[in-house]
This record gives sequence, C-alpha cells and structure tokens, in this order.
Amino acid sequence: MSLDLKLDGRSEDRFGTMAQGLLGTPADRPEGVLKVTGAATYAAENLPENCAFGMLVRAPGQGKVTAVNADEVRAMPGVLAVIRDERMIRNAAQGTANEAPVQGVDHAEYVGQPVAVVVAESFEQARHAAQSLKITTEGSPGPVDPDAVEPEGEPTRTGDLDSAMKDAVHALDLTYTTPSHSSTPMEPHAAIAEWDGDRVSVRASLQMLKYNRNELADCLGISAENVRIQSPFVGGGFGSKLGITAEAVSAAIAARELGRPVRVVQHRRQAFETVTRRSETTQRIRLAADAEGRLSGLGHEALVSNLPGETFAEPVTQASAFAYAGAHRVIGERLARLHRPAAGSVRAPGEAVGVTAFECAMDELAVKTGLDPVELRRRNIPDKDPSSGKPFSSHMLAAALDDGAGRFGWSDRAPEPRSRREGEWWIGSGMAAAFRVNIMMEAEARIDLTPDGAVVETDMTDLGTGTYAILTQIAGEALGLPAESVTVRLGDTDFPPGSGSGGSWGSATTGNAVWLAALDLRRQIAARLDCDEAELTLRDGQATCGNVTRALAEVLGGDDLRGHGHITAGDAFEDVVQSTFGAHFAEVAVSDVTGEVRVRRMLGSFAAGRILNEKTARSQCHGGMTWGIGMALTEELTHDRRDGHMVNRDLAEYHVAVNADVPPLEVHFLEELDPWSGPMQSKGLGELGICGAGAAVLNAVYHACGVRIRDMPATPDKVLAGLE
Amino acid sequence: MRPFDYVRATDAAGASNAAQAANAAFIAGGTNLLDLMKLEVMAPEKLVDISRMGLDQVEEQGRDLRIGATVTNSDLAADLRVRARWPVLSRALLAGASGQLRNKATTGGNLLQRTRCPYFYDTDTPCNKRQPGEGCSALGGETRNHAILGTSAECIALHPSDMAVALRALDARVEVRVPDGAVTEHELGDFHRQPGDRPDRETVLNQGDLITSVLLPAPAGDRQVYRKVRDRASYAFALVSVAAVLRVEEGRIAHAAIGFGGLGTVPWRDPSVDELLTGERPTTALFDKAADLLLQGAETHGGDDFKPPLARRVLRAVLEEATA
Ligand SMILES: Cc1cc2nc3c(=O)[nH]c(=O)nc-3n(C[C@H](O)[C@H](O)[C@H](O)COP(=O)(O)OP(=O)(O)OC[C@H]3O[C@@H](n4cnc5c(N)ncnc54)[C@H](O)[C@@H]3O)c2cc1C
Ligand code: SF4
Repeated sequence: MSLDLKLDGRSEDRFGTMAQGLLGTPADRPEGVLKVTGAATYAAENLPENCAFGMLVRAPGQGKVTAVNADEVRAMPGVLAVIRDERMIRNAAQGTANEAPVQGVDHAEYVGQPVAVVVAESFEQARHAAQSLKITTEGSPGPVDPDAVEPEGEPTRTGDLDSAMKDAVHALDLTYTTPSHSSTPMEPHAAIAEWDGDRVSVRASLQMLKYNRNELADCLGISAENVRIQSPFVGGGFGSKLGITAEAVSAAIAARELGRPVRVVQHRRQAFETVTRRSETTQRIRLAADAEGRLSGLGHEALVSNLPGETFAEPVTQASAFAYAGAHRVIGERLARLHRPAAGSVRAPGEAVGVTAFECAMDELAVKTGLDPVELRRRNIPDKDPSSGKPFSSHMLAAALDDGAGRFGWSDRAPEPRSRREGEWWIGSGMAAAFRVNIMMEAEARIDLTPDGAVVETDMTDLGTGTYAILTQIAGEALGLPAESVTVRLGDTDFPPGSGSGGSWGSATTGNAVWLAALDLRRQIAARLDCDEAELTLRDGQATCGNVTRALAEVLGGDDLRGHGHITAGDAFEDVVQSTFGAHFAEVAVSDVTGEVRVRRMLGSFAAGRILNEKTARSQCHGGMTWGIGMALTEELTHDRRDGHMVNRDLAEYHVAVNADVPPLEVHFLEELDPWSGPMQSKGLGELGICGAGAAVLNAVYHACGVRIRDMPATPDKVLAGLE
Repeated sequence: MRPFDYVRATDAAGASNAAQAANAAFIAGGTNLLDLMKLEVMAPEKLVDISRMGLDQVEEQGRDLRIGATVTNSDLAADLRVRARWPVLSRALLAGASGQLRNKATTGGNLLQRTRCPYFYDTDTPCNKRQPGEGCSALGGETRNHAILGTSAECIALHPSDMAVALRALDARVEVRVPDGAVTEHELGDFHRQPGDRPDRETVLNQGDLITSVLLPAPAGDRQVYRKVRDRASYAFALVSVAAVLRVEEGRIAHAAIGFGGLGTVPWRDPSVDELLTGERPTTALFDKAADLLLQGAETHGGDDFKPPLARRVLRAVLEEATA
C-alpha cells in the first residue's frame, strides 16, 4: 500500500497542529558526531578485500586519440590493465539525465577528457602508470572562444522592447560577464565498483541515485535492476555529482574486466575538467523605466556555452521571467557550442549568475533614477507573473526587503558613492533582491514503525545539507516520536526512490514523501484506535484520540507497521508561479591604494515557506552567501585562450572564498507557509542564499568607491583600473 | 608519483652524503615537493629527510640571528626576537599560505619553493623550466601571475615567496654546506638565479648542497613594513608585495632596503631604488621616482598588465607608512 499525492492545488497545513514540537527546531544532525569523529565513511573509504585501484588519464588535446605506449604501461610494476573502453563517458551526465551522457574514448572533444583508466594493485602504482601513459591527439580542434561561433537559440520577445527603450525616461543597456565556475566540493569524486555475477554494486559520491542508477546501467548496457548504488554520505556536490560521473563508470567497467573490485578516485585536477562547470556568461541587460523608476520593459539576454551533444544551457534568465514588472520583454539564452569542458548545474544554476547580474543592473537604474535601491525594487514588484500572467503562490519580496533593510540599518545610508572613508578604505553598502524558482520533483519514502521507533528509508542523499536531520524531524513530528526514536537511512538504491539532492528541491520533495508515509501510518494507527486520523494526537510515543490515550507500542500490539508515501508535482506547479524570495545587504571596504575589497558585514532576510530546521537552514544560507562573496570577488575558472583547457584547476589557484574573506553573516527567516508548495508548506531553500548575494557586494563596492564592476569577479586589478 | 627511496638523515654530513646520488632531493616540510612529485613535475628517486637533524633552532649570535633551515614558518613568525627586531619578516611569513601549511613549511624550503606558474604544474603543456628547450606555454597564454622583472624569452615564471622578499630587505645570507663538508655563505641576492636560457636552474646550489641556516644581520632599519596585495584575504600568493626596511634620521631616509614580491623571477630588490631613496627627504615625488626606477625595465604579458600601476601604488603607500 502507498499513499500517493499529486499536488494539484493548495494543501492543508497539518504540521501546525502536531504535538511533538520537533519540526522547525534547530535540531542537531543525527549523523553529526559520526562525521566529526571520522566514523561516517565516504565513498573512497570502504575498501573491499582484494580491491584494485584505477586512475583516469586525460587527453592533452582535442582530436583522434592514440595511446602510444599502452603495452609498456601494462608491463609496469603492479599494473593490471590499461582500459580504453567505448562505454567510458566524455563528461559527467547532466542532472536528471536518466541516460548515459556522450560516451567514447577515441575522439577527445575537449582538453582534459578522460580517455583511459589504468588499473593497478596499489593506488600509487596506478597513478604513476596513468601518468606514464602517453596520449596523443590529432585533427583540427573545435572552437573554444565564445565570441568565435554563431550561437544557437533566440530569446523570447513580448511586446516591443526597442520602442520601450526609446520612449523611456531612463534607459540602460548594459553588459555583464561572469567567468566559468567550478563546484569544488570537499569530498573528491570517488567510486568503488564490485560485481556479483551480472549485478554491480557501486559505492559512490553522487547526488541523485535513482537517476544515477539508470545512467550507469545505460552506460554499461545492462538493466537497471542489476545496478545498486550507495551514497550514504556525500561530502558536498554543488551540482558536480548530479549525473553519473567518469570515475563511477570506469570503475564499473574495470571491475568487470578484472573480476575484482576496483576503486577510482579522481584527482582534484581531473575533477575540475570531467565534471560539469558552470558556463561563463555574457549578459546583456536592458532596463526601460519611467520618471518614477517603474519599468516599462526589460531585457535579459545571455550568451552561454556548452559542448556539442549537451542539452544544458545555463538558465541565466530563469528568474528574470517573473522578478520584475514591465510589459515589453526580451528574455532568454543563446548557446555557443564550444570545445571547453562540459557545462552543467553548479550551485543554483541560472539565478546564481543571472540574478546577480540583473540586481547589479537594478542598482545602476537606482543611481540613474535617483531612487533608493530598495524603493526601486519595491516599485517594480509585479502583482502577477509578468511573463505568463499566472498568479504567484506567495510573494514575499516586499516583506524581505523591509525586514532586511530595517535590521541592516539601511536608512542610515548616505545615497552618494564615496560618502564614507576610514583611512585608505572607502566604506559603502549595497543590496540586492534574491529569487529562486521553487521546484518539486517526484519522491517515495517508507517508514517502518516498531515498538522501538521508526525507521525511514529512501534513496535520498545528504550532501552535508542536513537531510538526515530534517527527515528525522518530519517523521518524529508526524509520528509523535522524539528524535532518538527515529532512524533515517539514506543513499541506497535498494530503498524507495527519493528526489535526490539538487535544485533545492530535496527537503520539500522527499520531506513530503516522508510526511505521506507517516500519514499512511497515522491512518493505520487511527484505524486501530477506531478514530479519525485528523483527531489523532501522537506525542512522545503516546497516541491520543478523544479522551483515550495509549502507548504506541500497545497500539501496535506486536505488529510492525509500514507506511509508504509517494509525492508528485501536479497543477500546483503549473497554475501558479512558485518562488522563494529574499533580500541581501552588504557593507564593504575598498582600499583606495590596492583596490582590494573586504566584506565587513552581510545580512540576508529570506522567505521559503515553513523552515524545517532553523540550524541547517541557516547553514545553507551562510553557505550561499559565502559563495556569493566568492562569485563577486574571487572565483574565476580560467580557460587557456588557445585550447580552452582549464588553467587554474586546483584549490590554490581557483579562489573560493576562505574564512578571512567572510565576515559575520546574519540570516533571518520570514514566517511563511505556502499552501501551494505541498502539505509541509515548505519551499526549497538551499540555493536561495547565493542568488543575488554577489550583487549586494558589488553594489556596495560601487557605493563605497564609485567603481562599477561589470566583469566578475571584482579582483583588485579591476577595481584599481576604476580608481586610477 | 614515481617510486622513491627514503632516508632520514641525522646530521648534516649524513644528509649531504645521502643526497649526492644524481637524482636525490632533500625533503623538509614537503609542502611544495610532495605536490610536485604527485604530479611528476619533480621525480626524485631518493628523498633525504632533513627535518630531524636539529636544524630547527633560532639562535642569537651577538646582534644577529641564525635561523636553522628547518625552523617552520609558524615558529619563525612567532619568535619573540623576530617579532621585536625583524617584524617585517614575521609579517611576511604570516601573509603566506595558511596556518596548516606554515606549520609544516620550513625556512630552507620556503626559499627553494618553485614557481606557481600553472603551466609548470601541467605536464601536458610545454615548459622550459621543466624541460629546457621545450618552449614556454605561459607566453601567449594566461599570465595573470607571472613576473614582469628579470624575465627572459625562455621563462617568465614568478618567484612566489613572501618570506624571501622580507629576507632580501633584511640583507639575509644563506649558509650552505656542500657535500665535501665546506660551509659557504651567499648573500640572498646572489642565491637565486634569473631564468636566462636555463630557467631550470633556479639557485646557485648544486646537487647535494644543503641549506643549513639563514643568517639575519642586526636590522639596519627600525621602520619595517610588509604589505601584500592578493586576490583573497588569505591563502593566496602575492599579486604584488613590498617589504621595506627603513631608518629615518632628522627627516631624511638614512637607510632604505626595499624587497618586492609578485614582480620578479627571483625575490626582487633593486639597488638603484634603495640608493635613490637614501639621504632624501620622503616626498610623494621621490616615491614615484623610485617606482619609475623599479619599473623601467618591466615587461608585461597581458594578464599581468595591472602589475606596474599596482606596484607603484603599493610602493608609495608602504614608503609613506614607513616614513610617517
Ligand atoms: C596552497 C599553497 C599556498 C601557498 N601560499 C604561499 C604564500 O602565499 N606565500 C608563500 O611564500 N608561500 C606559499 N606557499 C609555499 C610554501 O611557503 C612552501 O611550500 C614552503 O615554504 C616550502 O617549504 P617546505 O619545507 O615544505 O619545502 P619542501 O617541499 O620540503 O622542499 C621544497 C624544496 O626545497 C628543497 N629543500 C628543502 N629544504 C632544503 C634545505 N635545507 N637545503 C636544500 N634544499 C632544501 C627540497 O628538496 C625541495 O626541492 C604555499 C604553498 C601551498 C601548497
Ligand atoms: S613561464 Fe617558465 S615555468 Fe611557466 S611555462 Fe614558461 S617556462 Fe615554464
């Protein structure tokens, strides 16, 4: 039996009346101790007996691939095999691909493509042998420069933006650029594959197992029933583990060929190249406004890139479709087919860079119109989605702006740039709005209820985000059990398929499936008590109906109960537009000598429906704001101009923000329940914190020193060029 | 990484002997060497571990300081004598790398750390420093962190050290024990070699030569400033750095020694800059003239075009601070 729910309209809030008091509290992660003591084992750490070690080998150029000295390498100490198998993948699959990505090792389509895996008795032997395998490529390379090719695709046009620009009192036509970004999760990309007959088990570090299982099966040409993937702990993914990855496929191929388990771990430098990067973007933003700053039209056109054969185009303008009013609109992406490493989802694909650039442009409009930046945004909040005419499920931007501005002390700000100086430092503040679409996927979960408590199972993953914690809370709240009585088991394709982690949809989607499984159990319990489920109160292992209270164990009467929940998105995600909203505020100091920027404080107010766990939600926002600082100031993946290869592919030279770059971050959540989002009334929060965060920083840089950076990141040399 | 032998030396003679084999290398903190070995940019067949031979002491010799080669960057930065009398060194050390790295990194290793030119690290791209005659991939490529002073047509790689920049301004000397047991001293200014047509030869050391200590003479100036500009607030190499050691007497600069990082193929110091400043009253015009002198031979490559104007500003600010 299963309780299925398709979300076609508003849902009733059931958690407002639950009695356990667990949901929404800043509960600790149940697996936290395991993690900080090293007892939580990650993909590379569970070495089976007799495991062999594989190392990928990259193509040094584009073109037809030859492994010149494979026989010599096979003869090296410890080497078991040099494998160049046509089923190996060119790059990681896109998120939710559900099928194999482009495969093959005979033709390298970008510099860095994995074209062989060398397997040996020890990791060190494998690495040395892999480094000794000489690969040559020949043939004329494909283009690597976004400006050198004719892009595909056309933006969507509504009304007549050109005329609106001509008629506008204030018109801005601006171009912003962002470089490629890399996910750079802490845990390396690693997999251990082991065959038992025709069945392969893979311990991997992946985000979305039900898709990954089908992808791996498709890569190998076997049925999905013969694939099991386990990822109980994932040390961060940020998009780079959404689709099946090169190490998992090559480990499975090698383990089959050798008849023994094989582990493949990607070197950090390899992972930079083989997992998907965020595309660089060139964004043309047009704003047409009347004298009061009301937009009559807006344009947001983005040029992005990807390898041939990839369906993904960084959805830069995703939020611009609904963010602000304005009848005349040109919105959309163009895609240049380039032979740089593949592009895909990285930390809030679309909004991370799209909202950031757009919110910088809004700041420029505020300057142009002489309006306060907060007020300018308030004036342009649409009452329905300007692109589709659909209503919003809820709209919390005004509330977030007010809340954030009040707490930050925005009203004290002198509007003019260069208003404040301390020694050599210009001090300024800036703000930006945050938007991120709310996405619901499909998920299943089951709960086994015994006198000892509840065991929740789903193949959902926890990327360090807090999934274990919130699923514990949801089940505990709905079943009236303290956290200690709930065990959550994740990351195994033998469990019911959850949503996987990505697009901020994990907790809302899989959480609702867990709620449905709990509801299934509540109904069974209510039936045993001969009452209506809605009348049932469960708390601390006691079931109360009317004036009868009985211990849950007694109600079970020796039986174990199983609940199963299944959620899918329906018309609730078609009939209304669902988004999360927020407002970022930042104060920065800019050195008048060196152009260095230091963020001095940062504050975000966010609305995402019900907040399931104060603590993990806050951590997600801290992470997003930190990535925002990196995007604004430091992060840039450099491609060699001649062959497109990633030049700075290590963490010394690819600059994510470090502790010293991050000031105290203040996070506030607005109280909200969004009935359209599902029974939990909760929307995806994970990525909201990054959307627009960088714009608040860059707008503060402008306010501090009068230098507008449109080419991110704002490294000292660029700021200095403005100061000179 | 290639398989290698490992020997732990207990004294200098043993270390030198063990390291005479053609492809042996000393390992101190290993923070640079091991990274390069993993990538097979360096592939010694034998490692001689010098971290446990008692070279980890900082000793006063009269008014001078003798710093053992394996004193860690953390310990040296925290040394109270260094902090009191050679603060520019302490600041330079603390501006480098991260706490974890500084706990392992040593004085000798820091001097000998190799360039961060990304093509040097990438064995799939030609590099004259790895393989003389192969070509330089940086030229015509991405040159944001390359040198603009002391370059050659063969190599434009930057010397990345912060510590060495301060040591140059402090007139440090490097004590070296050669394999036959003789001990020689080099001015730090003569220790590193500019690339010329042999960018693979970075110092005057020969196979088996061991740095035993760095000698720090009594500071010639009490006004000491280290300023480093970088792409993030910590854990990034210098875009430009300036170490200044000055003495001001009766409104005039009586002693000036300025070291530069982020600019040169070796830790940089330009005697003409020091001479220009010495004996003069500090003025902005003087500082600008110093920058003119420093940068007159600079060659930029596109990605590093920002360095001359940045160096000018940082030099001016540092001199203003040191003479204020
Ligand atoms: C991510 C990262 C960031 C960094 N950032 C900075 C920075 O911002 N500023 C900065 O200045 N540095 C920075 N460093 C470099 C760091 O300072 C050096 O790696 C360190 O100082 C090297 O010292 P070590 O003892 O570990 O040397 P090792 O790696 O042990 O040795 C380096 C070289 O010196 C040789 N050697 C060592 N000791 C002796 C000796 N006594 N005699 C003869 N030869 C010897 C070795 O054979 C080897 O060739 C960074 C390093 C990393 C990895
Ligand atoms: S600059 Fe020097 S180290 Fe860099 S690629 Fe050229 S030769 Fe090699």
